[in-house]
Amino acid sequence: MVREVDVAVIGAGPAGLAAAVEAAAAGLSVTVLDEQPAPGGQVYRAIERADSGRLAILGQDYAEGRELVAAFRASRAEYLPAATVWNIGTDRLIDYSQGGEIACLRATAIVAATGALERPCPVPGWTLPGVTTAGGLQILLKGAGVVEDDLVLAGAGPLLWLIASQLVAAGAPPRAVVETLPRGRQAAALARLPGALRAAGYLRKGVALMNAVRRAGVAVHTHAEGLEIEGETRVTGLRFRAEGGEHRLHCTAVGLHQGVIPNPQVTRLLRCEHVWDASQHAFRPVLDDDFQTTFPGLYVAGDAGGIGGARAAALQGRLVGMHLAARAGRKVAGKPAALRTALARDLAIRPFLEALYAPDPAILNPADSTIVCRCEEVTAGRVRAAVKLGAPGANQVKSLVRTGMGPCQGRVCGVAVSAIIATARGAPPDTADYYRIRPPLKPLALTELAAYPMIAPDLEIREP
Amino acid sequence: MTQPSQPARSADVVVIGGGIHGSSAALYLAQRGLSVIVLEKDSVGRHASGVNAGGVRRLGRHLAEVPIAVRSRRIWATVADFLGDDCGFEVAPQMRLARSEEHLVAMRARVAEMQALGYHHEVMIGTNQIREYIHSLSDEVVGAVACLDDGFAQPYQTTFAIHRKARALGARFHEGVRALGLTREAGGDWRVATAEGDFTAPRVLLAGGLWSGEISATLGEPVPIIPFAPMMLVTTRLPPFCNAVVGAAGVPLSFKQMPNGTVVIGGGRPGRPDAATNRAETTFHPLRLSAQTCISLFPIMAEASVVRTWAGLEAEMPDQIPVVGPSLRHEGLYYAFGFSGHGFQLGLGMGEIMAELIATGATDVDLAPFSIGRFTGGAPAY
Repeated sequence: MVREVDVAVIGAGPAGLAAAVEAAAAGLSVTVLDEQPAPGGQVYRAIERADSGRLAILGQDYAEGRELVAAFRASRAEYLPAATVWNIGTDRLIDYSQGGEIACLRATAIVAATGALERPCPVPGWTLPGVTTAGGLQILLKGAGVVEDDLVLAGAGPLLWLIASQLVAAGAPPRAVVETLPRGRQAAALARLPGALRAAGYLRKGVALMNAVRRAGVAVHTHAEGLEIEGETRVTGLRFRAEGGEHRLHCTAVGLHQGVIPNPQVTRLLRCEHVWDASQHAFRPVLDDDFQTTFPGLYVAGDAGGIGGARAAALQGRLVGMHLAARAGRKVAGKPAALRTALARDLAIRPFLEALYAPDPAILNPADSTIVCRCEEVTAGRVRAAVKLGAPGANQVKSLVRTGMGPCQGRVCGVAVSAIIATARGAPPDTADYYRIRPPLKPLALTELAAYPMIAPDLEIREP
Repeated sequence: MTQPSQPARSADVVVIGGGIHGSSAALYLAQRGLSVIVLEKDSVGRHASGVNAGGVRRLGRHLAEVPIAVRSRRIWATVADFLGDDCGFEVAPQMRLARSEEHLVAMRARVAEMQALGYHHEVMIGTNQIREYIHSLSDEVVGAVACLDDGFAQPYQTTFAIHRKARALGARFHEGVRALGLTREAGGDWRVATAEGDFTAPRVLLAGGLWSGEISATLGEPVPIIPFAPMMLVTTRLPPFCNAVVGAAGVPLSFKQMPNGTVVIGGGRPGRPDAATNRAETTFHPLRLSAQTCISLFPIMAEASVVRTWAGLEAEMPDQIPVVGPSLRHEGLYYAFGFSGHGFQLGLGMGEIMAELIATGATDVDLAPFSIGRFTGGAPAY
C-alpha cells in the first residue's frame, strides 16, 4: 500500500541533485524530496529565477548551480518540491508533508543530502528581533532580493565575507563587519597553508572578497571580543571590544555567523553512529567509503556528512548515485576514481579554513545569563546547574530543563548545549553526547496527522 | 546492619534496575539503614520511568493496586520536602470522560464498588463541573468519573530526584552496569555478575522493568512479559484551556495541558518496541487515531501542531498488574516489575513497601495478587 522506489533523496541542493541525476541516469527509480519550492538547496536557492542582475550580485560560484539544476530537470528523477520529510522509520518508511497533506514512501536506499546548519552563536541579545544569521540574510538576498538596512555583520567564516561582498555588490553594504577571529589564528592556520595550495582558487577568492568589502569603505573591526547585542524589544546596537577599546555601533539588524556544521537531524533520528570532528568542531556521521552511514541503506552526501562546500557536495552526490547504481547491478557511465581525485583536491582547502575559522571560544562557553535554547529560553547557567545536579548528558539535561524540546527540535542549540555540558563536566568534547532526535523533524499540524494515510490495518487496542 | 568494613562490591541489598521502582526501594532501604547497591544497565530513569506520561493517578486503579496508590499519594503530598525537589508535581483532577449512557453506567458501578470498599476518592461529575476544568470540550461528553486531587509530575525529574535522595542516604548507584546473571553462593549470598565484576548481597530486588523477565527466567520463574512501547506526543503551546489530566472511556487517551501551555498526549497507542537495542520507535499510522480523538474531544486541538513524539519501553503483564513480592523459589530474592504502563504514581509507595518487606520480611500491604506464582504456579518452595 506504500509506494516503493529504489532511491529517495532528501534535499535538492548540490549533493542531492547530483546523486539523483546519476542514479536516475543508470535507470534507478529516484524520488527527490525537498522543502524548497525550487531546486538548488540553500547555496543555489532560487537559481532558476535569478536574472543577470541577481547573478552579478551573487557571483560566479552561485551561477555554477545552473548547470546542475538543468541536468536534474532533464533527468528522469521524480521531483517533489515543497515536501517536508519529517520522519524516517527503521523500516525505511519516509513520512512527508506536501501541500498540507501527509504521504509515505518506502525506499531501498535513502540519501540524506540535508546540508549544513549554521553554528549557534549564543551571545547576549542573540534572541532579539533583528538578529539574524549570515545564512538567513543570504536566503533573503537570493530568494527575494531583499537586503537589511542598517546591518552589522559579526562573527567569522568565509560566509560572513561572502555575504558582506554580496551586499556591497547589491548596493547595500553593511554598516560594519566585526570579525571575532582571535589573534594568532592566522599563524595557526599557516601551518596548513601548503596543503591548501592544492585548492588555491578558494584562497584567491577569499582574499578578493575581503578586499572588495574593504574597498567599498565598509568599516572592518578585527579580533573583536565580548560581543553584546543591545536592545529591549529589538536590536538597537552592538557592543564589543577591539583595537584596544570599547565599541558601540548603532544598528537595527545584526547578522551573526560562526561557520556551519553538518545538519544532524536525519542521521541522529536513525541513531547512526557519529564522531566528533576536532578540526570542524562538530559531530559528523560515520561514513564508509561509499558514504553509507551505520544505518544500512542510509547514505549521506554533502555537508550533512562533514562540511566540504557546494562543489565537494556535488562530487559526493555523484559518487553516491554511481555507487547505488552499481550496487543495483546497473551499468555506470561515469568514472568514480576521477571524481574521488577531484574531491580530494577540492577538500584540500578545508584544514586551512577549519584552523583559521575555528569557532570563537566565547560562543562555546557562554556566560550563565546567556540564553542557549531559544525555543524554551533556557540559559547556559541552567544547563550548568543541571550538570552540577548530576545529569550525565544532553538527554538528561533536556529532560530536566527542556533544552531542545521546542519546535526546532534542538537544531539550533544542540551543538552549543553539548559543548557546555562537556565543559561543565571537564570532559573533552568528543565524549559529549547529543540529543536523541525524535520525529516529527518539523512541527506537524495535528489536523494533518489526523488525516495520515491508511497504509495498514489498525491494530486492536485494549482499553486502558 | 551496615558494616563499615563491607567491601565496595557487597551490600545488604543489590537492586537491579535504576528506574523509579529500583531507585525508590533503594531510597527507603537506605533510610532504614541498609547498605544498597543499584545496578543500572543504562542511566537512571532512561526508559519507562523517565519518559512516561507522568500521571499521578489513583483513578481507575485495579482494586489490588488501590491501597498502594493511596499510600503513594500520601507521599506525593510531601514530595518537595521529602526529596528537596518539587518533581514538577501539580495537584489536578484526573478524569475519565463518558460519551454514552453505557459509559456512565459502568462508571457509576465502579464508584459504588469503591465506596463499598471504603475508598471515596473517585466521584462522578457532570458536564458543568467538567467544563470548569476543560474550556474546550465536545458536546459528546455526558459526564465523567474523576479523582479531583490526583495530579501529574515530571517523570524524569522525579526519578532523578529519588535517585539523588537515595544516593544522599548512602545508596551506591552503578550506571552503565548490566546485571548479566544471578547465582547463589554456598554461603547464602547472591552473586550478581556484570561486565565490571561481581556484586554480592544476601538479598536482591529485581526491578528491571522490561528486562526483568530474562533474569527471572534463568532463576526458574519465567513470566510472560510483553514488550510494549506506548507512544506520547507533545504539541506547540496553546492558551490555557485544561487543568485536568483526561482520559476517556472506550478509547486509549491520556491528555493534559502542561503549565507552559504544551499539551501532552498519550494513552497507549503502541509504537515499535525493541528491547535488544533499547529502542522504542514511534510510528505515525496509529498516532493518527490519537490526533483524531483529541480533535474531536477538545476542538481547540485543531490549532495545535505536534512538536515531538516519543515512546518508552514498558513491561506489560497479560493481566495488567505488576509482579511484586518475594520469589517463590529463592529466599532473599524479591520482584517489583511489570507495571504495565502505569507504575509511575506507585513508585514512591511501592519503594517504601518493598523496603519494609525486604528489611523486615513482612508488610501489611496485601501483595498476594501480584505474586509471581500466578504465572509460575504454586506456593513458596522454600
